[in-house]
Amino acid sequence: MKIVACIKRVPTTEAQAKVGADGKSLDPAGWQYMASFYDEIAVEAALQAKEKHGGDVTVLTLGPSEAAKEVREFLARGADVGVILKDADPSSRDPRWTAKALAAKVQALGADVVFTGRVATDRDHAAVGTMLATYLGWACVTEVVAIELGDGKGTAKRETEHGVETVEFALPAVITCNKGLNEPRRASLKGIMAVKTKTIAEEAPVDSGSQTQVVSVELPPARKAGRIVGEGAAGVAALVDALKNEAKIL
Amino acid sequence: MSTILVFVEQSSGTARRASLECLSAAHATGMTVAAVVAGDASEKAAAGLGAYGATKVVALTGAGWSPDAVARDVVTVAKELGAKAFLAAATATGKDIAPRVAALLDSTLLSDCTALRAQGDALAATRPWLAGKAIATLTSSAPVFCATTRPNVFEAKQTGGQAEVVARPASTDGKAKITSVAEKSGDKLDVKEAPIVVSGGRGLRGPENFHLIEELAAAFGSAATGASRAVVDAGWRPHSEQVGQTGKTVSPQLYVAVGISGAIQHLAGMRTSKVIVAINKDADAPIFKIADYGLVGDAFEILPELTKAVAAARKR
Ligand SMILES: Cc1cc2nc3c(=O)[nH]c(=O)nc-3n(C[C@H](O)[C@H](O)[C@H](O)COP(=O)(O)OP(=O)(O)OC[C@H]3O[C@@H](n4cnc5c(N)ncnc54)[C@H](O)[C@@H]3O)c2cc1C
Ligand SMILES: Nc1ncnc2c1ncn2[C@@H]1O[C@H](COP(=O)(O)O)[C@@H](O)[C@H]1O
Repeated sequence: MKIVACIKRVPTTEAQAKVGADGKSLDPAGWQYMASFYDEIAVEAALQAKEKHGGDVTVLTLGPSEAAKEVREFLARGADVGVILKDADPSSRDPRWTAKALAAKVQALGADVVFTGRVATDRDHAAVGTMLATYLGWACVTEVVAIELGDGKGTAKRETEHGVETVEFALPAVITCNKGLNEPRRASLKGIMAVKTKTIAEEAPVDSGSQTQVVSVELPPARKAGRIVGEGAAGVAALVDALKNEAKIL
Repeated sequence: MSTILVFVEQSSGTARRASLECLSAAHATGMTVAAVVAGDASEKAAAGLGAYGATKVVALTGAGWSPDAVARDVVTVAKELGAKAFLAAATATGKDIAPRVAALLDSTLLSDCTALRAQGDALAATRPWLAGKAIATLTSSAPVFCATTRPNVFEAKQTGGQAEVVARPASTDGKAKITSVAEKSGDKLDVKEAPIVVSGGRGLRGPENFHLIEELAAAFGSAATGASRAVVDAGWRPHSEQVGQTGKTVSPQLYVAVGISGAIQHLAGMRTSKVIVAINKDADAPIFKIADYGLVGDAFEILPELTKAVAAARKR
């Protein structure tokens, strides 16, 4: 089985937002980076699929050369090949652009199944995996918390507001992974040593032209200063009074 | 006037609140609003959408649900109407359908928007970056402007209009199909859509104490229970309840954080709540910095009293 896991290099969740000098971007000074949280789950799902069904795992990312660090970490965990679609533009692409660039590469690889994260924690689109599947004309199951792959088809479970849905799908497919699907493994020391000097192939992505223009980027308005209404159970009356008479919620 | 098409979700013939909010957001752009509604009982739901500003509603009829087939049908409707814009609510279903519709229209998608306005004859949308640590305003040059709207941000407003309803059978040839749904017990609200969220953190000490959170939520009435990642990772609460940068982003009328320290990743997920209450025994906990009302003290003493007081206040 030809398996692909798509990962995105994003600022760590500790990163603070600071508006860039142009007022249309974020200033990345001082940021550290990581693979987006849900992409760890996508890679784990890919590795488990390989262990169960055979084949190989390609870790695919669109981003800067520096993403080699994150790709290498996943090679150390057991992925076979890493590919960087090297993007000259440091700001994030719109989801259509990204999905089309990934689709071209996934097609060339002849993949049977692609795992992505539910959402990347930088631009919060929650769209690239689903758009990728649609451009490929493949099945897609989103926000998956359980998966079973079979011959030419599979079954997945997804959590929604109304409950857990069971979905049957045809392969090839794109699966967007949610927390709860698995517990990502750590790389072994042996794995880390083995990939230390591995070069990661870089390719030019297909450029389909941006459809998004940034008008402005701002920080969220500061919240009005609040106050401590009291201490312990004795403060309950003051809190209820504030909710009722000031906030008008009760 | 150009048309904006809204994908409306329904269950048993009742439109989802988040979809009505989305219709109102569409109506406010000044464009002609059309709606498409799918699934069992879609015709019944369609009848009520005129009241929220839709002038034309297409009901896709038939049981069964295949997201790719639904998306294809929605695109057919969008093309027939010559829609210049497409909206859906950013719910689990809306987030599943909207990117497919966008890709089929070869248009990019602006997800989870918190504001939408006409800018010339185009639309501009405001959406969070980094889970709301920053807010970007964007325009799109896509052939069809596609966006999803965040639940609980736009107000669902009745316009008193009437819609022409057209029913037609939905496509059935999808590549993925829902075969069963294990419905959530009772009418438990989802954190993303509930007007009030009561969340518990590690300060609750163990899963056996979360009944205190549930009881307070019940006292408030239509409230959902939420959780910090620490307690979700510990297995005390399901991850569907996690609020934060790697959980759900919520904007309820009232957010109550109990025994939650207020880590940056948690704050990113709830800082746009209208009113924030924090209950924590540590007066220096960061959560107090963004709380409107803070109560310093032991949750185990405070919660039973607060639950009683809230229930009493609502009775009067
Ligand atoms: C990549 C990444 C992603 C993350 N994503 C998220 C996310 O999406 N959501 C999220 O919530 N976190 C997230 N986190 C975790 C976050 O950094 C914090 O660790 C977490 O939010 C802490 O949870 P907590 O507030 O319940 O626990 P703690 O930080 O341990 O706080 C417990 C609080 O309870 C108080 N307390 C203790 N006893 C009592 C009592 N009897 N009565 C009242 N108060 C009491 C304490 O004073 C303390 O403030 C993420 C972290 C990383 C690294
Ligand atoms: N630049 C990228 N390179 C590789 N995969 C990506 C990229 N952007 C998004 N993805 C994948 O799509 C998922 C959803 O991203 P998004 O739609 O941006 O929230 C991510 O978790 C990744 O698996």
